[in-house]
Amino acid sequence: MHELSVCQGLIGQVERLVAEHGAKRVTRILVLVGPLSGVEAPLLERAFTIARMGTSAEDAELEVHEMPVRVWCDTCQMETEAALNRLVCGNCGDWHVTLRSGDELLLKSVALDIPEQEPAAAG
Amino acid sequence: MCEYCGCTTTPEDIQIRDARGVVHTRPADETSIEVLTGILDENDRLACHIRDHLADHRVLAVNIMSSPGSGKTSLLEATIDAIKSKYRIAVIEGDLETENDADRVRAKGVPAIQVVTGQTCHLDASMVHDALHALDLSEVDILFIENVGNLVCPASFDLGQKANVVLLSATEGDDKPAKYPVMFRGADLVLITKADLIPVLDDFDSNKARKHIRELANGADVPEVSARRPETLEPWLHWLDHQVEEVKKATADRPATHPHHHHHDHGGHDHPHAHPHAHSHATVLDH
Ligand SMILES: Nc1nc2c(ncn2[C@@H]2O[C@H](COP(=O)(O)OP(=O)(O)O)[C@@H](O)[C@H]2O)c(=O)[nH]1
Ligand SMILES: [Mg+2]
Ligand SMILES: [Zn+2]
Ligand SMILES: [Zn+2]
Repeated sequence: MHELSVCQGLIGQVERLVAEHGAKRVTRILVLVGPLSGVEAPLLERAFTIARMGTSAEDAELEVHEMPVRVWCDTCQMETEAALNRLVCGNCGDWHVTLRSGDELLLKSVALDIPEQEPAAAG
Repeated sequence: MCEYCGCTTTPEDIQIRDARGVVHTRPADETSIEVLTGILDENDRLACHIRDHLADHRVLAVNIMSSPGSGKTSLLEATIDAIKSKYRIAVIEGDLETENDADRVRAKGVPAIQVVTGQTCHLDASMVHDALHALDLSEVDILFIENVGNLVCPASFDLGQKANVVLLSATEGDDKPAKYPVMFRGADLVLITKADLIPVLDDFDSNKARKHIRELANGADVPEVSARRPETLEPWLHWLDHQVEEVKKATADRPATHPHHHHHDHGGHDHPHAHPHAHSHATVLDH
């Protein structure tokens, strides 16, 4: 299951953001996943519960937005929805199409718990 | 696509990234940080780095993937026999199905690096990068990477290869491309292997397999080959010739980015070098 490797990459990025922003911990992580990325959302969620242990994302909630598979047909000049294993134009059926959405594997946003900056004590 | 190395980073991505590969704005809700980075960016950056090394040495790297037992190692053995007088070949062996795949390749007189990865189900860029240190790339024209036998996991990891070759053996179903769309969509060439068995199999139709591949919006060639019949390898060998030519041509047009001799002495500094995409090693690295 490669979703664990994927999660480790994700946690690495999140930890860098935590350090950069002086955050205490991560509360929420939003990722965008298209089925053609090769990563399955339920497996990613399960792997995340393992990968987050002992990290600043230990209590974080992982939100996975599944992206639709959409293709652009040059002949019809139109974008249509397609099935994962039938990437053809929904209008004319031609396979000479360009994928417009569906292979995403992106970290979209991270919610951090950042402690209030104490004003420097004078005197 | 990244112009520099051909990795699948869109120009928009590059624009929105800072030197560290991350861009973030702080919206009104100050605790939510917008990031928009590939989750596998670290792997992809290392894959770009591998492409640089390979391009500097004009090496063609081919990532070979299939189910376990579809004939990857047998194809390599037959291919080495056919072209070793013409090209200098090296192999990175990631297939764990049989421990002795690297030995089978070495028996053909070709250097082979076995990647020992334990339980992993795919190769990633860092494993390939480590393996490259054991090879003298100036002595190599074609680098074959035999990936772990698995049609799922290897599809998500860029290794820095120029091309993906996916094998579909005639003893598997001709509907495999529809069942594993991520893998077959990314194939630059699909080889139907064990073609010597097609006459005795009544349920494998190469044209059906081709149709499924087209329906993944993939126009890749899908020739039939058999490791047992060297004469059937012709389309595959021809494809390799063409790929080698492209590598030589591309590197001839390319400014030298590795003016120094990059003899990796990696005892000290830690990889990956976290450098941005369009870098010049001469200025970024201090070897
Ligand atoms: N009939 C036939 N058998 C083959 C061919 N190529 C490989 N095999 C057999 O398929 C099995 C698995 O082959 P191997 O190359 O180890 O597959 P890998 O796991 O993909 O590397 C072995 O028993 C091979 O002898 C072929 O072209 N024709
Ligand atoms: Mg093998
Ligand atoms: Zn896996
Ligand atoms: Zn159309």
